[in-house]
Amino acid sequence: MEAVVGTGAEQVVFWIIGPLMAIASLSLPLARKPVHAAVGLIFVMIGMAFLYTVLEAPFLGVAQVVVYTGAIMILFVFVLMLVGVDSSDSVVETITGQRWIAVVLGAGLLAVLLGVIVTANLPDAVGLENANARTNPVGVAYEVFGNTVFALELVGVLLIIAALGAITLTHKERLAAAHDQIATVKLRQRAYARGEGSQVLTPMPAPGVYAQHNAADVPALDPHGMPIDISVPRVLRLRGQELSPADVDGHVAQIASGPYLRPVSAPVEAEGADGESESGETLEQKGEQA
Amino acid sequence: MTLMAYLVLSSVLFVVGSITVLTRRNAILAFMGVELMLNSCNLALVAFSRIHGTLTGQVMAFYVMVVAAAEVVVGLAIIVSIYRARRTVSVDEPSLLRN
Repeated sequence: MEAVVGTGAEQVVFWIIGPLMAIASLSLPLARKPVHAAVGLIFVMIGMAFLYTVLEAPFLGVAQVVVYTGAIMILFVFVLMLVGVDSSDSVVETITGQRWIAVVLGAGLLAVLLGVIVTANLPDAVGLENANARTNPVGVAYEVFGNTVFALELVGVLLIIAALGAITLTHKERLAAAHDQIATVKLRQRAYARGEGSQVLTPMPAPGVYAQHNAADVPALDPHGMPIDISVPRVLRLRGQELSPADVDGHVAQIASGPYLRPVSAPVEAEGADGESESGETLEQKGEQA
Repeated sequence: MTLMAYLVLSSVLFVVGSITVLTRRNAILAFMGVELMLNSCNLALVAFSRIHGTLTGQVMAFYVMVVAAAEVVVGLAIIVSIYRARRTVSVDEPSLLRN
């Protein structure tokens, strides 16, 4: 009998994987982060697949990897990501001593189960050599499609209902019609015609001094070298976190204070040293205000 | 003798799963505990199938697997919709029916 069941190789596999599975399963009640518990559970499930294969059930071993590790645990991790990975469990107990009660109850359950298993008069294992004569998947298929066809049909119905239920539960009613691109543009044009909304119809110029300084709090420079205030995000402007180009070191500051700078309002006659220094001053004043 | 060891491992995993369900406040973690319990039952079923030399236990484990898949789909959908409505996955928070 021991020749059929529990050969040396099987013992080795079991005594390596079994304790590791038991340790990994402890991450479920103990791990602070849900993702760690999920990884522990995945380890347990893959170990379970090994044990199935050792137990002469290779079909179930493959199904275990495909269904549990491949589908169910991925779904779990998906939902964990959806809900927020760092949502660690609260340590506050709502029922006082709940943890200890649970541990005592678990220990009692373990004692009962182990008592039954150890004292039970288990028959010698027959082994599955006869049942697996035409390979294990074929044997399982004969059993499933031969003796339990009705159960199989019921399970199919159950799966369809579960899929429908999941779709219904997570379906979100849309309260208003979705704004497509055309509608958004039309709204913007109407606001522009009324004099509300933004000052330009085109998309806002991007902040940052192009190819010189790319921080979002630095306004873009127009062709005259003047800062374009609306290119800085509105929130930064309201908070007063906008930088003037003069505050930025390097080439940008050189542009902002240097020979390229021309006031926009004074068109042609403002050429020369006076206009430059003036505009440089205004820029610096602006920076101080900001 | 190893088959008894399989049953012992299966009951240890079952107990760990049930402790998880009892203590964990995060609904997803409690749900993982349920999965662990189902898995440990599968291990026992497969071991018994080998003890008796028939494939019935394996077929039962197969059905347990399929039903567990359906159960996970619906359960996680419920958790997601609760999270959408209440912004929490704690099993203690949605106690609206208490008062």
